[in-house]
Amino acid sequence: MSIIALRRCTIPRMPVSIQNSRIIFDALKRSEIKIVSALPETWLVHLINMADEDPDMKLVRITREEEAIGISAGAHLAGVRSALLMQNHGFLAAINPIVSLAFLYKIPLLMLISYRGHMGERDPWQTQGGRLTEPVLKALDIPYDHLTNPADVGRQVMEAQTLAESALTPVALLLSRQLMWEA
Amino acid sequence: MQRIDVLRAICPDIQEDAVITIMGAVAAELYSCGHQKNFFYLQHAMGLASSMGLGVALARPDKRVVVLDGDGSLLMNLGTLSTLAWYAPSNMIHIVFDNQSLLSVGGFPTATSAKSDLSGIAEKSGIRHTATTRTIEEFLTAWREARASKELSFIVAKVDAVGPKTFLMDLPLLENRFQFQRWLKGAE
Repeated sequence: MSIIALRRCTIPRMPVSIQNSRIIFDALKRSEIKIVSALPETWLVHLINMADEDPDMKLVRITREEEAIGISAGAHLAGVRSALLMQNHGFLAAINPIVSLAFLYKIPLLMLISYRGHMGERDPWQTQGGRLTEPVLKALDIPYDHLTNPADVGRQVMEAQTLAESALTPVALLLSRQLMWEA
Repeated sequence: MQRIDVLRAICPDIQEDAVITIMGAVAAELYSCGHQKNFFYLQHAMGLASSMGLGVALARPDKRVVVLDGDGSLLMNLGTLSTLAWYAPSNMIHIVFDNQSLLSVGGFPTATSAKSDLSGIAEKSGIRHTATTRTIEEFLTAWREARASKELSFIVAKVDAVGPKTFLMDLPLLENRFQFQRWLKGAE
């Protein structure tokens, strides 16, 4: 098996929508995103593979979401657009650098967050974070939107990027079960 | 070895480099050498100076990036070493001033005062060029090798746990941020 094949992650019996992942990825491309930082999570598997296989996209596989805030801050100051792929628990793990780097230094962040632990969640371990994600986003006054309807996703991603850059702020897009999961 | 002596020695070399420092003594002492538009002082978010450096290095492969880190900060984000080793930006030099303590917040010891070896961790993370230096001569040898190698390099400078008289800098955070961004853009 080649290295490429080993690195490509496929999860049988987990019906994550390839089609809707492609819609999200294409919107990132149209938004001229060049760097994607990611930590794997089931719903993000196709998006991560798409970023990895695109020659014009740099995928950075991080060890913890805090790193991604630093990477995006550096890329922004250096004039390159980036996005973050994370689970909502990864967002919760990254709150300090969101506050003390992105807010403090007015850094735009485009955070695509898989919204686990909400209605329909079967994994008990996801459920606490699911209940707290939106209250925390609100407490931090981070503009956010829900991605649910494939027809709206392209526009929502580009508008989120536009607001992040005009307001110099982190913005969040919550990837919903309806969009990501075909079960 | 004193941190300020290292900074004074490398200052002439980093006039055209994107320089990112951590907060506290490193920032204040670099600033005291004479602020430049290509210096960014990350005044919080401990541990992320090297992640920012990676972001700049990936975005601007034409610019050399010098990260000035500390043992306390790096220990808060050790995962950065495996990420750096993986992507290995050839235009980045990661320097860690290791005074074996959290000097700016009371001088409490860090794990490097016991057994932890940061360049050993960096090496085993997969960074090919690593060094631990204990004198200014040793440091400058490693520094010159790093600049000549055109590969990611990681240098620990074992320094005394002494800092500047004041950490005050006459440079608002956002002024520094926009100035650094404009310098990277080439407008200044």
